[in-house]
Amino acid sequence: MLDTLILSRIQFAANISFHILFPTITIALGWLLFYFKVRFDLSKHPVWMRAYRFWVKVFALSFALGVVSGITMSFQFGTNWPGFMETVGNIAGPLLAYEILTAFFLEATLLGIMLFGFQRVPGWAHTGATFLVALATTLSAFWILALNSWMQTPVGFEMRDGVAHATDWLAIIFSPSFPYRLTHMLLASALTVCFLVAGLSAYRLLRGDNKKAPQLTLKTALFSAALLVPLQIFVGDLHGLNTLEHQPQKVAAMEGLWETQKGAPLVLFALPDEENRQNRFALEVPKLASLILTHQLDGELQGLNDFKGEHPPVAPVFYSFRLMVGIGLLMLLIAWWCSARLYRHGSLTPLQLKLLVGMTFSGWVATLAGWYVTEIGRQPYLVYGVLKTRDAVTTIASEQVAITLSLYLLLYAVLLFAYIKTLFVLARKAVDVEEYDLTQPGLPERKANTTTEGATA
Amino acid sequence: MSWLTAENLALAFAALTALSLLLYGILDGYDLGVGITLPMQNEAWRDTAIASIGPFWDANETWLVMAVGLLLVAFPAAHSAILHAIYLPAALLLIGLILRGVAFDFRAKVKPAQKRNWDWTFKAGSLLATFSQGFMLGIYVMGLNYQLSSVLFASFSGLCVTAAYAMIGNAWLIGKTSGELQRHAIATCKKAGVLTFGGILAVSMINPLVNANVYAVWTEPPLAYFYAAIPLLCFGMFALGYLVLKRLPLPDDKGAWLPFWLTLIIFVCCFAGLALSFYPFVVPNEMTLYEAASSKESLQIIFFGAVFVLPFILAYTAVAYYAFRGKADDLKYY
Repeated sequence: MLDTLILSRIQFAANISFHILFPTITIALGWLLFYFKVRFDLSKHPVWMRAYRFWVKVFALSFALGVVSGITMSFQFGTNWPGFMETVGNIAGPLLAYEILTAFFLEATLLGIMLFGFQRVPGWAHTGATFLVALATTLSAFWILALNSWMQTPVGFEMRDGVAHATDWLAIIFSPSFPYRLTHMLLASALTVCFLVAGLSAYRLLRGDNKKAPQLTLKTALFSAALLVPLQIFVGDLHGLNTLEHQPQKVAAMEGLWETQKGAPLVLFALPDEENRQNRFALEVPKLASLILTHQLDGELQGLNDFKGEHPPVAPVFYSFRLMVGIGLLMLLIAWWCSARLYRHGSLTPLQLKLLVGMTFSGWVATLAGWYVTEIGRQPYLVYGVLKTRDAVTTIASEQVAITLSLYLLLYAVLLFAYIKTLFVLARKAVDVEEYDLTQPGLPERKANTTTEGATA
Repeated sequence: MSWLTAENLALAFAALTALSLLLYGILDGYDLGVGITLPMQNEAWRDTAIASIGPFWDANETWLVMAVGLLLVAFPAAHSAILHAIYLPAALLLIGLILRGVAFDFRAKVKPAQKRNWDWTFKAGSLLATFSQGFMLGIYVMGLNYQLSSVLFASFSGLCVTAAYAMIGNAWLIGKTSGELQRHAIATCKKAGVLTFGGILAVSMINPLVNANVYAVWTEPPLAYFYAAIPLLCFGMFALGYLVLKRLPLPDDKGAWLPFWLTLIIFVCCFAGLALSFYPFVVPNEMTLYEAASSKESLQIIFFGAVFVLPFILAYTAVAYYAFRGKADDLKYY
């Protein structure tokens, strides 16, 4: 039987991996909905409301999954990682409290108005609610990334009797890695939503939906992606340089660099061999890693040999990093190719549409891979240099953790399947909707011959 | 600020945590209650019942995050001691909340054939959540142990809390609906009220008998005389509620919200009774709230944030309840 530490780690990884999927969608989708709503308010053109109506459903579903999986997180800290709050609770506590106070209530309360309020509040109030929900999801990201960045690059505190006490709150909130991490994550959210919107819109077009809304959302998503992917690659590079400065062993693991050397090669692919501390079957470009990270052909890079016993497991960090970068490059290729075609011809080829459908959830994979790089890359520490993961774990019996872990895994698998399936069901339903029906304020109903949906949640 | 001592801060945060927990019990209580008594025999009723809680449930559940979050940040030692002891029921609660939270949204989006399955999921998830909440409360009252007597009491407590949520859920539906569904809610509310009354009576007798501290609180004069007002008020509300429910529905829908307000007072009484029984302990008979509190500096930072932000939270919550006032019969999902 696995011990409580490894089971708790798997459980936390499962919970947070499942959870992060949904905020990654809602953060950027909130702003996209606000954009649709403002365009509708300005032009009164029903196509914008059509786009809003479809995507607000996806937003509501993602939001619900994000809320319920997030509640699990607030229990996890105490149940499985009591050492975390005992050691750094004085810093983590206020950051979490501010997230709840400034973000959770705002988004949860105004979401009701956003979803049910079309006929209950004036149009401006509805647009305002949409804006505040988007703002609150972003604020939530702000606080949670402030905490995570502090765990990566802790500053502004002093240790008294083994407990961290805050000395400078501004330094804590704006810790050295925070600006990079926040920007990187917000852009990851934007790209995830771009490819989700493009994917589902392409799916509708492939199924013969000849209305204006899917074409419009496809165009919005693709053009945004074409602009944002290169920006994300640039920001990711800055984030990497920042990591090199503060957590060199994480970068060494990402690059698969076992020995400190000048003019280090860029390892394109290899099988890292943890036991013999070397790469097997390495495919390398000479000196490129040094050039990228130090901007000199002969720049010296610290290898893992400088951090024996203090560096993360290499293989998961190494592979996750390549997966993230690989998807990023694929996104760049597809976004530019499809955007160019769309710009010149006004429509995409069936092959391009199919490719986009295949890329629908690519943002999720890249985001998760990126988080694995940074979180596994911080090991063996929970709070870098301050608290080791194994020192924070609970004393709960491993059988109990095994039970809850299997329940969560089963539940998450079912929910993920249901979520993805439902998005495509929603897209298929949307194909059958009338183009416009202005009998209600911007609320197109279904075709007259099909029965209307019941009032619902 | 000399009055902002470590003791006062600890007390203020205990009050804030308790308030969040009470608000959670009342607010998520009514939407959980609607869930556990969801009328499976009539789809139109289910649509209306769920529409009546649709705009609110998300914010209601946030009070749980707030309560657990405050316990975590202000009383970390208590958070880990309590959650350590109720690890499995807490996991069941979370799974229940996850199931009902997503069923809520899925039911509106899937093919009609699957809608009923998600409604069952909603009902079962709500039931799992309410029972495990009551179970956890029972284990807490019994001093966080798993002797046979504690487990029996906790299971009984799980049923009582479920009945109480069913009562407040249907009291909410009486206010929010009309016609057949309203009459159905009145009948259900009556049944749930009788069960809740019996449950509260039993718990109030068992609790002082197993806890010497609790016995002292409720019997030592002179304070015990004042405290006696709490159960009197509580049982008075039950009597009044019974009379009201017997007469409802009235023409013009008069008094339709009365059961909800009476139930709310009952919830406040029960909560006050429990809080008084255990003060100053946050882990029964083991850890007082003063011992469990975080460092003063951190509490101060959160305190000012909370004092500043809470009025805004109350304000936009009021806006939401105002926007969705009245019957839910015509409430449509975007």
